[in-house]
Amino acid sequence: MSDTQTFLLDGEEVPFAPGQTVIQAALAAGRYIPHLCYHPEFKPHGSCKVCTVRADGRTAAACTLPAQAGLAVESETEELKELRHTLVQMLFAEGNHFCPSCEQSGNCMLQALGYELGVMTAGFRHFFPIRPVDASHPDILLDFNRCILCELCVRASCEVDDKCVFALSGRGIGKHLIVNAESGRLADTEVALSDKSLQVCPVGVILRKRVGFAVPIGQRKYDLRPIRATALESAPRGPQAPGPCPSCEEGS
Amino acid sequence: MHALLDAAMGRYRHNPTCVVQILREVQEQAGWIAPAALSYIAEQLGLPRARVEGVVGFYSFLHAQPVGRYRVLFSDNITDRMQGAEALLDALCRKLWVERGKTSEDGLVSVDTTSCTGLCDQGPGLLVNGRAIARASRERIEAIGELILARRPLAEWPPELFSIADNVRREDLLLGSRPEPGAAIRAALARGAGATLDEVQASRLCGRGGAGFATGLKWAACRDAPIQNVQGASRFVVCNADEGEPGTFKDRVLLARHADLVFEGMTVAALAVGARKGFLYLRGEYRYLLEAIEETLARRRAAGLLGGDICGSAGFDFDIAVHLGAGAYVCGEESALIESLEGKRGIPRNRPPYPVTHGYLRQPTVVNNVETFCAAAWIALHGGESFRAVGTPKSAGTKLLSVSGDCERPGIYEYPFGVTVREILRDCGAASVQAVQVGGPSGTCIDATEIDRRLAFEDLASAGAFMVFDETRDMFEVARNFAHFFAHESCGFCTPCRVGTAMLADAMDKLHGGHGSQHDLNEIHRLNRLLQATAHCGLGHTACNPILDTFRRFRPAYERRLSSFDFEPAFDLDGALAEARRMTGRDDAGAHLAAEP
Ligand SMILES: Cc1cc2nc3c(=O)[nH]c(=O)nc-3n(C[C@H](O)[C@H](O)[C@H](O)COP(=O)(O)O)c2cc1C
Ligand code: SF4
Ligand code: SF4
Ligand code: FES
Repeated sequence: MSDTQTFLLDGEEVPFAPGQTVIQAALAAGRYIPHLCYHPEFKPHGSCKVCTVRADGRTAAACTLPAQAGLAVESETEELKELRHTLVQMLFAEGNHFCPSCEQSGNCMLQALGYELGVMTAGFRHFFPIRPVDASHPDILLDFNRCILCELCVRASCEVDDKCVFALSGRGIGKHLIVNAESGRLADTEVALSDKSLQVCPVGVILRKRVGFAVPIGQRKYDLRPIRATALESAPRGPQAPGPCPSCEEGS
Repeated sequence: MHALLDAAMGRYRHNPTCVVQILREVQEQAGWIAPAALSYIAEQLGLPRARVEGVVGFYSFLHAQPVGRYRVLFSDNITDRMQGAEALLDALCRKLWVERGKTSEDGLVSVDTTSCTGLCDQGPGLLVNGRAIARASRERIEAIGELILARRPLAEWPPELFSIADNVRREDLLLGSRPEPGAAIRAALARGAGATLDEVQASRLCGRGGAGFATGLKWAACRDAPIQNVQGASRFVVCNADEGEPGTFKDRVLLARHADLVFEGMTVAALAVGARKGFLYLRGEYRYLLEAIEETLARRRAAGLLGGDICGSAGFDFDIAVHLGAGAYVCGEESALIESLEGKRGIPRNRPPYPVTHGYLRQPTVVNNVETFCAAAWIALHGGESFRAVGTPKSAGTKLLSVSGDCERPGIYEYPFGVTVREILRDCGAASVQAVQVGGPSGTCIDATEIDRRLAFEDLASAGAFMVFDETRDMFEVARNFAHFFAHESCGFCTPCRVGTAMLADAMDKLHGGHGSQHDLNEIHRLNRLLQATAHCGLGHTACNPILDTFRRFRPAYERRLSSFDFEPAFDLDGALAEARRMTGRDDAGAHLAAEP
């Protein structure tokens, strides 16, 4: 390789490989940009907008913004922190998140981001949507109350498991996760415990039955170290996550 | 049932990219898409069932639950409301003994609202089983109610009920020209593909669909983009006739009166960029135009103006297919439109890449508005210089306006760019004007002091809507109507718009209900900053415009609704009893909590 190209992130140079987006290059270089729907093993999706940065003066989602030589990217500014703070508040207000009683507490990215960004209250009126759980499957529980519509399970099920167990329906605030069965029940889908789609949910929607609270709250992933540190460990060091695929994912 | 499904799929050769079209036809014939039908379609097309279910769930006019045999949808634009739509909806509900938004017990009928149907100049508008009806009135609603109660099939309803007027009030370059079919194509062929594109660039034509991008640049970028090497690869030309912006109806009239000019423009574009296939994406609300459009296309094929070796020019092959939308404003956004054309939920794509390089089926694709194609055909005929001679230095040519609201002569007006709002108001017969919404909810709201401003890209840019409000109108209610429009039409992909537009609509309802405070106004401003900075597409970027514009100009309309200048909880004790009042049929003083002194 000849001389590597770089862009500026908050004034410091970050090297990138062709094809990388800003967040991929930043994480690979050990620089954290808050994110939710981005997952190092998948093609960036760009829906949560928590990774919003300013690049050459214009706001853009860092996970989908292609890295370009000489780009001046700002991330840790008061303005952007405030925007991210508001977005996380909105996600809390949109669903039903009762963290103290949630099995995912301490392992949840939304909760961890809340701490990272100093979110103390929802700040908005809660929507209190009515979202019945799906307990039909003998080994898996779906608690839609916590779904943030990041589509990671959709992407994993199509791209890795080749099953398309999950998809999205509805529109606007009525958008919601569905499963691939005429009955609408998870028990009637092809889902299996070994599926990738069961491992990617950043919040507490897709849960295994009978293993709850095996690790006590207080000793879990984000209880021990903040998301800012753990996110870097799980970041890929390679140049690019998997390429495009004909999945059920939206806006791909 | 399977026969109907097989026939619908057969018409599209079981092509999974046509699933929206297939579902739309099934919906039209069967009245809904039953779970078993959905499973069968998915299986036959080789798609995951959940994906097809997600498509049905996305579009307003596709139903996975049974809806009435007669589905009546009242257009809910503010202009329809000003023309009395709400009272007519209530009257029809009473007559049919049905609750708004619910299907009657016997499954006969449902009555609800839908986003603007593009009949603002002859409203209130409504749709019955997808068929457009204009000029709703007490008498017409009474007649419709009778026809439904008598269970008369729609085909037997008096044709007069479905008549739609064009209301063309002022013609200029485009509306005044009726070239012989094929004339523009022959002129372009005589000039050559490269020189035709040069003419379009020289004309300085900019897109008429809202964003105002230079058409010549777009075409050149598409022509220069390499075709991805897959079977049946081609460049594509797409005509955006989704016309979902409330208050806009000029594309409807262009397609009703000048369809040849539209297709002529598309064919010229095909020649210029080297495309072999085109689509007309027609909004579902304009379903009634479909037969006439198909006839025009057939006539053009027979005349050698579409198909193989067009106008006898060997190797110039191009044909156009019509795809109907199914009730989703966001599908007017060009990349969402392409997703919809591919049979998916209409979600705007991540960009780059842009449609000119990676559009329909990832091939180079030109997407232009109906009016843009008409102008391109005119340019092919008369040359770029003469087009540029009209309008202002930065805005070449003319603009079609859809004028509605408080004026004597609503309808279509074509003016050279640079016309002042004052001239338009005079021509359409508007008096005691309080405000004009230029460009629809995502455009600009101006007040009476600004009527010397000009319609042009350098001042008031507009996709064509021009809604007039006189002094009797409550501009807060106008903004509230638009806030609900955006919340209803948000695709839900990105957090800021999905949640933010719902919050905006809630905040406006809270103010409307007299429970608002300064806190809510601050929240609106906070949401605005967020949407401007982080929304994924233009819908989210502009969703706050109507509130901010009206707040800036008609502040008293907001302030008189504030119950206090501090925080006021949204929870309304008396409001919580509304359900109980409805169930017991009571609305007397004793059924209300006394207001605190
Ligand atoms: C939410 C949204 C809705 C839109 N609706 C329409 C529409 O109904 N018709 C249209 O021509 N353009 C619409 N546009 C603009 C298109 O994305 C695109 O810019 C246009 O079709 C390009 O054609 P033009 O260059 O000829 O204007 C919309 C854009 C957004 C963001
Ligand atoms: S279930 Fe989890 S992974 Fe799937 S969309 Fe919802 S939040 Fe994302
Ligand atoms: S801004 Fe709104 S309409 Fe556009 S992608 Fe986001 S949710 Fe969808
Ligand atoms: S992480 Fe970039 S939009 Fe979600």
